[in-house]
Amino acid sequence: MKADPIGVLTGTHFIDGDHSCCEGALSAGCRFVAGYPITPSTEVVERIASRFPLVGGIFIQLEDEIASSIAIAGAVWAGKKAMTVTSGPGFSLMMEHIGFCAMTETPCVFVDVQRGGPSTGLPTLPGQADIMQARWGSHGDYEIIALAPNSCQESFDLTIQAFNLAEKYRVPVLFMLDECVGHMTEKVVIPPAEQIDIYPRRYTKKLPKDYLMYAPGPDLVPEMAKAGDGYNVFVTGLTHDERGYPATTPPAQDVLVKRLVNKIRRNADDIVMYEEDQTDNADVIVVSYGITSRVALKAIEWARRDGMKVGTFRLQVIWPFPEKRITALAQKIQAFVVPEMNLGQIVFEVERCSQGKAKSVLVPHAGGTVHNPEDIYQAIKGSL
Amino acid sequence: MSTSYYVKDEEIESGVCELEIPQNPVDRYLRMDRMPHIWCTGCGIGTTVNCFARALTESQIDMKNVCVVSGIGCTGRVSGYLNLDSFHTTHGRAIPFATGLKLANPELTVVVYSGDGDLIAIGGNHFIHAARRNMDLKIICVNNFIYGMTGGQVAPTTPLNAIATTSPYGNYEEAFNLPYLAESCGAVYVARWTAYHVIQLTRAMKEIMTKKGFCFIEILAPCPTLYDRRNKIADGLEHMKLFKEKSKIVKGVSAKDAVINDQQFILGTFVNRERKTYLESMNEKFSDVFGSRYTPYGVKL
Repeated sequence: MKADPIGVLTGTHFIDGDHSCCEGALSAGCRFVAGYPITPSTEVVERIASRFPLVGGIFIQLEDEIASSIAIAGAVWAGKKAMTVTSGPGFSLMMEHIGFCAMTETPCVFVDVQRGGPSTGLPTLPGQADIMQARWGSHGDYEIIALAPNSCQESFDLTIQAFNLAEKYRVPVLFMLDECVGHMTEKVVIPPAEQIDIYPRRYTKKLPKDYLMYAPGPDLVPEMAKAGDGYNVFVTGLTHDERGYPATTPPAQDVLVKRLVNKIRRNADDIVMYEEDQTDNADVIVVSYGITSRVALKAIEWARRDGMKVGTFRLQVIWPFPEKRITALAQKIQAFVVPEMNLGQIVFEVERCSQGKAKSVLVPHAGGTVHNPEDIYQAIKGSL
Repeated sequence: MSTSYYVKDEEIESGVCELEIPQNPVDRYLRMDRMPHIWCTGCGIGTTVNCFARALTESQIDMKNVCVVSGIGCTGRVSGYLNLDSFHTTHGRAIPFATGLKLANPELTVVVYSGDGDLIAIGGNHFIHAARRNMDLKIICVNNFIYGMTGGQVAPTTPLNAIATTSPYGNYEEAFNLPYLAESCGAVYVARWTAYHVIQLTRAMKEIMTKKGFCFIEILAPCPTLYDRRNKIADGLEHMKLFKEKSKIVKGVSAKDAVINDQQFILGTFVNRERKTYLESMNEKFSDVFGSRYTPYGVKL
């Protein structure tokens, strides 16, 4: 289906990545947002609070991030598309509910505008150190989807994609901005509503008597029903059977948790998104995401000027990780260079997928500002 | 309606008897395929569920729009036994989940049914803010003075000097007066009953089903397994006798004076007032600001 025009601010804008994320959510059909103020994410909900009254949305500033992250689940089960927005410490507080939404297959979006950590860290300055937390932060085994935009335009485009993936796979999608992308201002083009594709919620057409809440379809995703429609849904964070009833036994656990994981892993080819440039004849490929991918461009330009064969690989979807493509690229290059604003997270995924065929070189940065391109240049040079 | 049945001689001889048992009137509110439930013999929670089912019948509201949200704990299991749209959420977070549910679809009647530990300890912050906002939620809190499901640990409702597994020498923390907390945070309806006072409890539950705003009922209930036996109360029945003998039903008394101690349990309806709900206040503000450009949210035209 296409976007509802009431939420789509068609036109050319000069806005920051946080505001652009807000407009992406509005275009995607998000009509419920709960949040708690935290730098550097607050601008997203400030714009939501200002925009929602006239588009039929409802925003509530709750007492903390824990409340915000479960309120969106409630809103989804009552029929709304919903998201919450946070940074660093707030993201840590939301972890339990990422697991709850994964377990109950509640489609929703968590936005994390990453700042420097750990703890209170660098409230106003950038980091990219929540990447593994996004993947593994809640307890237990599960899979999520995570995206990382590198521009204000992409903050708009990928927010829509985040909502669409959440609906398609009934999974919480984590939108991993960083402070730089969140706070920088660029041109953003918002297309007309009829050019924006929206993935609708997968409501069942079955009658209540024939409906099993968690009976999976061919792609392992079950059909949904919502409160008030006569299905008497039962949603629990306990391990459950296809009726949704608690079934706290090893066999039920085996069936459920494997399906929750496999519905993402088996559909990974459909979910992964990345950009490649000049990887065909490359000796070294720079793997990056978010703002760091733009800083790396300068280093790549210098390296190419100096005759080095450098390709680029930019992750737009970070989780699930594009394993197959990295493994294929590893067969024909000498090294991956991985600059990231942390002390080593995605580099280990690259190393794992390289299977020993290519070196993986981290260009670490503890956060607070972007890399110096010189450091990335030296890493490229040193890897050859 | 009760039916008496006597086994006939020929039935005893043949070993076959055909009982005609009328359906229990609360059966249709329960997921009978989930029985037996997990609650212990003598536990008060089941009694409250029975009252709730009867209150639903009497209130005659559309069951299709009734949702029950629980957190975690023994009372947290209530939602899963009710044959309604039911949500068994995370520990302490039933109220914010219910807030999302209610705001996303204001036509739903949203009941939060959970325990004292869930709503008032880990979930205390959400409780006070939902009351302050006058969120249109019906909060039913079964207070058994203890953490039951985890094995009898001290709670913010455990009476002074009571023995719990994490207060093995007797509790030395002051307990919360829940009705007073609810009243001072802005609840529009506040009552306390016990699992013994089923008539009054059913009536109170029926009342809040159609009352707008943040309504709160505390129900004192026995936990024979983990509270009573450590605290010189023989069993659930003896605890019910205590509720019968030591309860004092008051009228027109502030919740501030609703004490619970060795001598007495003060019960009654402490608050029944009107305040604008969260959505009413929001709609009023936006209508003021935006005029006819604003379509009141969740209001049937």
